[in-house]
Amino acid sequence: MAMSFEWPWQYRFPPFFTLQPNVDTRQKQLAAWCSLVLSFCRLHKRSSMTVMEAQESPLFNNVKLQRKLPVESIQVVLEELRKKGNLEWLDKNKSSFLIMWRRPEEWGKLIYQWVSRSGQNNSVFTLYELTNGEDTEDEEFHGLDEATLLRALQALQQEHKAEIITVSDGRGVKFF
Amino acid sequence: MDRFVWTSGLLEINETLVIQQRGIKFDAGTLLLSTHRLIWRDQKNHECCMAIPLSQIVFIEEQAAGIGKSAKIVVHLHPAPSNKEPGPFQSSKNSYIKLSFKEHGQIEFYRRLSEEMTQRRWENMPVSQSLQANRGPQPGRIRAVGIVGIERKLEEKRKETDKNISEAFEDLSKLMVKAKEMVELSKSIANKIKDKQGDITEDETIRFKSYLLSMGIANPVTRETYGSGTQYHMQLAKQLAGILQAPLEERGGIMSLTEVYCLVNRARGMELLSPEDLVNACKMLEELKLPLRLRVFDSGVMVIELQSHKEEETVASALETVSEKGSLTSEEFAKLVGMSVLLAKERLLLAEKMGHLCRDDSVEGLRFYPNLFMTQS
Repeated sequence: MAMSFEWPWQYRFPPFFTLQPNVDTRQKQLAAWCSLVLSFCRLHKRSSMTVMEAQESPLFNNVKLQRKLPVESIQVVLEELRKKGNLEWLDKNKSSFLIMWRRPEEWGKLIYQWVSRSGQNNSVFTLYELTNGEDTEDEEFHGLDEATLLRALQALQQEHKAEIITVSDGRGVKFF
Repeated sequence: MDRFVWTSGLLEINETLVIQQRGIKFDAGTLLLSTHRLIWRDQKNHECCMAIPLSQIVFIEEQAAGIGKSAKIVVHLHPAPSNKEPGPFQSSKNSYIKLSFKEHGQIEFYRRLSEEMTQRRWENMPVSQSLQANRGPQPGRIRAVGIVGIERKLEEKRKETDKNISEAFEDLSKLMVKAKEMVELSKSIANKIKDKQGDITEDETIRFKSYLLSMGIANPVTRETYGSGTQYHMQLAKQLAGILQAPLEERGGIMSLTEVYCLVNRARGMELLSPEDLVNACKMLEELKLPLRLRVFDSGVMVIELQSHKEEETVASALETVSEKGSLTSEEFAKLVGMSVLLAKERLLLAEKMGHLCRDDSVEGLRFYPNLFMTQS
């Protein structure tokens, strides 16, 4: 599963799996964790996960090294991701989360750039078209999961660059 | 010679030596006649006193004075009885004595003596033997009877026991006297050293103080001497600074407070310090500008370190050691460096605090690694 995924050097460093008490050290450690989580999820095309899954996943559990990040520490990492805008809790109990290796605003920007480039302002798209249409095959956002897309469009909506509308078989978006 | 004549039934009670020797003129003495005995006492040495029971006298005769000779009375005596008590001589070949009256009075004395001989009053009034106790050089046995006797025996026994005990403890009291002397001596030397601080090298002073320390006489500052409170703690702090200088240097400039407590109290022997007193005294070390200080680590561990000791500097070498070995636990580090595990842990924790090390906390234990988070990528 972890085919061409290259683990960072920290993954083989035992202290990586202990939350560091030194504040400065911790900062570096958490930054490394965030980056690892995002790249891992990106490669494995995981847009959402439950905490239980995360605990047992090779992401937080290095079997070879015999170290795993304790769940309290995992929570700290996830909270860090949330603060950065890469994570959203999907339930009140914080048992499952949406993980976005790019922040919604970033996705929104990319989409809008494509829209502008292809001169399709003032057009309407279904969500499916955007992520699975032929036209977007070369785009990064091709294959993006709906939850993330929706948030990306919501971000654009905030900027008055788009509007989410209802179309015949679901939702769509109009770009301005 | 002056002579007294007692004639009326006086029992002679004073101690006497019974005359055995005969035929010798006694010098300057006093002759006394009692109803029972003829007593001669040396004028010069009143302790010297001899007597003859009148019953020993066979007969007496006068010898008139001549030119250059004083009047005499010759007293002829029976042979000494076997049960006679000790006298100046055990035996003599003469059986008479001559009493020479240099200062007259011989006529009167002769008359009285004859009278007594005639009357033989000693036969009617026996003198109690027990009262003739010898006071002389020989210690006589006190022969006692009845309750008085028992009481006396008990008293004797008590005195004997007392004496034995005293003898047994003689060594101890001698030792105590010696110890007191030693303490005085050490104190005076310590004071001299204090005064001559400039002349005697610090090294010698330290050495001497360590001897004192090992003997347990380091001028212990006691609560009584200085009372409790700040004053006491100040004095104590000063004393501690003196005591701990050398041990600290031996141990690389740092010691845990428990080690200090043990060391100091072991040296004091008596007048032990309570932990509170020790801590309070140590708290004053810095403000008194003494060469040691109390330091409390984040973990709560308290140590005493020399002012010159910079724990932060030791951290750099700790990092080196850990890097060499890849990673170390507190125990491994302590063993490598030769410190107590407690202090080793504190040093590693300090290194972590300063960002040189990071930790790996797992079921395998707590290990410290060089902080690659900061140094790498």
